[in-house]
Amino acid sequence: MAITLKINGQDRQVDAAEGTPLLWVLRDHLKMNGTRFGCGVAQCGACTVHVDGLPVRACITPHDALEGAEITTIEGKQGAVADAVRAAWVASDVPQCGYCQSGQIMAAVALLEENTDPSDEDIDTAMSGNICRCATYMSIRRAIKDAAQTL
Amino acid sequence: MLIRDLGIIPADDSLASAAPTAPPIEIGNFSRRGFMATSGILVIGLSLAGCAPGEEARLDDAAVAESPLTGVKGGDATPALWISITDTGIVKVTCHRSEMGQQVWTSMAQIVADELEADWDDVEIVQALGHPKYGDQNTDGSRSVRFNFHRLRVAGAAMRTMLEQAAAERWDVYPAQCKAQQSRVINTVNNDSLAFADLAEGASKLAVPAETDIRLKARDEWRYIGKPIASVTVPRIVKGDGAYGMDVERPGMVYAVVARPPQVFGKTGVVNDVATLAVPGVLRTVRLPNAMPPAAFNSLGGVAVVASDTWAAIQGRNALDVEWLDGPNADHDSDVYRAAMEDTARQPGKVQRNRGDAIAALASAEQTLVAEYYAPHLAHAPMEPPSATAEWKDGKLECWACVQDPQTTRSTLAAVLSVEADDITVHATWLGGAFGRKSKPDFVVEAARISREIGKPVKVIWTREDDLQHDYYHSVSAQRFEGVLDENGKCTAYLHRSVFPTISSTFVPGADNPSAGEMGLGATDTPFDVPNLRIESGKAPAHLRIGWLRSVSNIYHVFGVQSFAAELAHAAGRDQKDYLLDLIGGPRLIDPNAEGADYDNYGGDLEEYPIDTARLAQVTKRAAAMANWGRVLPDGHGLGIAVHRSFLSYVATAIEVVVDAEGNLTIPGVWLAVDAGTVVNPKHVKAQMEGGTLYGLSNALYGEISAKKGAVVQSNFPNWRVMRMAEAPRSFEVEIVESTASPAGVGEPGTPPAAPALANAIFAATGKRYRSLPILGPNGRRLSLDDSQDS
Ligand code: FES
Ligand code: FES
Repeated sequence: MAITLKINGQDRQVDAAEGTPLLWVLRDHLKMNGTRFGCGVAQCGACTVHVDGLPVRACITPHDALEGAEITTIEGKQGAVADAVRAAWVASDVPQCGYCQSGQIMAAVALLEENTDPSDEDIDTAMSGNICRCATYMSIRRAIKDAAQTL
Repeated sequence: MLIRDLGIIPADDSLASAAPTAPPIEIGNFSRRGFMATSGILVIGLSLAGCAPGEEARLDDAAVAESPLTGVKGGDATPALWISITDTGIVKVTCHRSEMGQQVWTSMAQIVADELEADWDDVEIVQALGHPKYGDQNTDGSRSVRFNFHRLRVAGAAMRTMLEQAAAERWDVYPAQCKAQQSRVINTVNNDSLAFADLAEGASKLAVPAETDIRLKARDEWRYIGKPIASVTVPRIVKGDGAYGMDVERPGMVYAVVARPPQVFGKTGVVNDVATLAVPGVLRTVRLPNAMPPAAFNSLGGVAVVASDTWAAIQGRNALDVEWLDGPNADHDSDVYRAAMEDTARQPGKVQRNRGDAIAALASAEQTLVAEYYAPHLAHAPMEPPSATAEWKDGKLECWACVQDPQTTRSTLAAVLSVEADDITVHATWLGGAFGRKSKPDFVVEAARISREIGKPVKVIWTREDDLQHDYYHSVSAQRFEGVLDENGKCTAYLHRSVFPTISSTFVPGADNPSAGEMGLGATDTPFDVPNLRIESGKAPAHLRIGWLRSVSNIYHVFGVQSFAAELAHAAGRDQKDYLLDLIGGPRLIDPNAEGADYDNYGGDLEEYPIDTARLAQVTKRAAAMANWGRVLPDGHGLGIAVHRSFLSYVATAIEVVVDAEGNLTIPGVWLAVDAGTVVNPKHVKAQMEGGTLYGLSNALYGEISAKKGAVVQSNFPNWRVMRMAEAPRSFEVEIVESTASPAGVGEPGTPPAAPALANAIFAATGKRYRSLPILGPNGRRLSLDDSQDS
């Protein structure tokens, strides 16, 4: 059944099977490939999007539970915090393969939108749901602090 | 890298002859000015015939074949292969290696653009298709810079020379009076200048100069080589711009997942797909042929579920009722297998290198030190699971996939599908991590088979469960060491016996002898200055697909060698680092082949890339100094160190751990010194050292793949645990040794010292020696400190 989802500020018609996770609606139906698949079981964070401003794992969130919600993906995430995070990521070349980084950035932006001066422990808590197999963790920690400085 | 070194399968191009080149795909194009796929006419470097504005030109293979630069060290340096310049001044650099996070797009372009004297802002990267004309494209073995440094410099310099000549003709001055600088050629007589774009057409009519007529820049003239140039991929990555294998889209494409037999060479029995076909979105199922030995890069059999989206395909697979028939590996059980391997390691094995008479020395010693180490199978688990898209049209096959070696992908497809290589086009996408997994194109074979069957383009997606349960696993191994110390604590005899299922088994049914190539990764290259030294191997049959994983056999060998070195130090009552330096001994070059080894030195010449103990000692001392070795540590803290030369680079790693009274382990600091010879981009080296080390630490702490009844037990990140942010070291310092030696590898050498440095640090902190990996496992939160030694 077709429903309307609000994604990155736009209304999008989606006709996917009942219960299809948002991840596959974004990727396969809307061709928005920035949100990545890494595990499908809410363990890696590669699929992190924001729903009403909070980080959510798109791989286990049925799309049809999101009618009326504000969904934001890496492609549409904007604002001072997102700008600061992207700038810090670029300035210190955080990504290696980059595959996890959409999720890392969405998690980092959510953290800094809540807390502009995160401690190491805050970073651990906010970011430990996001796996990076290239192990860019040290760079991510530094870039979050660099971004926080500019906020 | 190993398959060729092992001489098991033919070189990539044996199945593929010269073919016309299709346009590079758009996802491979990037410029600092933005997307410029239609950004001007190519006026140099490529045949102009039939090249309409905005269309990618086609390489003129004949022109390449006739170039005087085909015989350059490292391969073809013909500028046409690597560089083209448009009439708007875009400098397109072809990258023939796969971008998988090592920043090869940036480093290859740095080399070319430097010698070419291109302005970095004009450079755009084009990803090459898989084709033998590029030479080796197997992005594996930490060799992209090593293999291509010289030839790409020559290619850039040749193009620069031609542009200078074209300018000289325009101005009617001597070429020596023209100097290329930042995408322009300057007339040094009167300071006039012309842009590359304006000179390109003239240059394209000139003959390519011979290597002897090309001047390479001196080191102090390098603009980009050796500099921390920013990555060209990162600005796209932070926007979520998709370019990975998972992101490929084709018109009319459908999606597929495959239910594979749980055992390697298990077979598909009765299939009932009624419930599958009832899942909304499922289109059909496709039965794939059963796999037969050798596994090689062929598909694994099973049943594909094809659907209109990935989720429907997954749901359809969940609903599938398949009878799996046992195959020859049905009885494989990791616990039983471990006991057998350890037993083999206690028996005399095949001698792989020998100096003096370690057996006699051990037999006559009053006391010997014996230690046995175990390291389990590992999965690569790149963040992006394997994914491939295949499309057949008029008997021709086109594939887009996250492959490390598009040439082997092409030749494999040609062989297993009985199609001419000329009729196959393979596009390498970006790779969301690879670590060796994606040099095995079995997943592309699946996509090609399914697409041929259903007559539509199809994207095959591997779920994480598929990735972990059907990998080409890093070998499980048992290592046994025996040593003798004299009354001064000096090691006088050293025996190392290594037992593991060989990678050869993936290509040769029944192969059960560790190969010389694998033994050369951390065993027969042992640099220790002991009078009696013996390296042996023991047989082990393979029951899973065995493959190479970041740093390959170095992982288990160096875990054993560098742990045992610390155990010898402890037995001698000596400081671990000082004793390690004594074992390495004085400055000298080591040739394992002089002592009976069949050592191939990573395919490098021992003259150009010797095993140099002075460089080993140097990085060891530097890492120790960085860690402030010898400082007084608080209770519960410990420092450990390990050093190893692999992929022709020298890496020493010192690690500090803290273990509290409950056994909670944290890593406050890592200090790493690396000598990789000439470095193209120090940022890349630092990132690879960090990433390689944490990859090793993650595996050492948590990683274990095991099998029951022939099937892999682990399935997803809950039971295949990997290092996360909170567990990562709090600080990580890298020092790069300044060197003018030939460039060596960096993608893998960070990994081998990680596990033994960690185990040595834990021993220093707790007195407990971990000889069996993983140290914590999937569920362990704390070290158990009750007994003093494990296993
Ligand atoms: S794909 Fe959603 S958390 Fe891994
Ligand atoms: S950058 Fe490769 S997985 Fe994070």
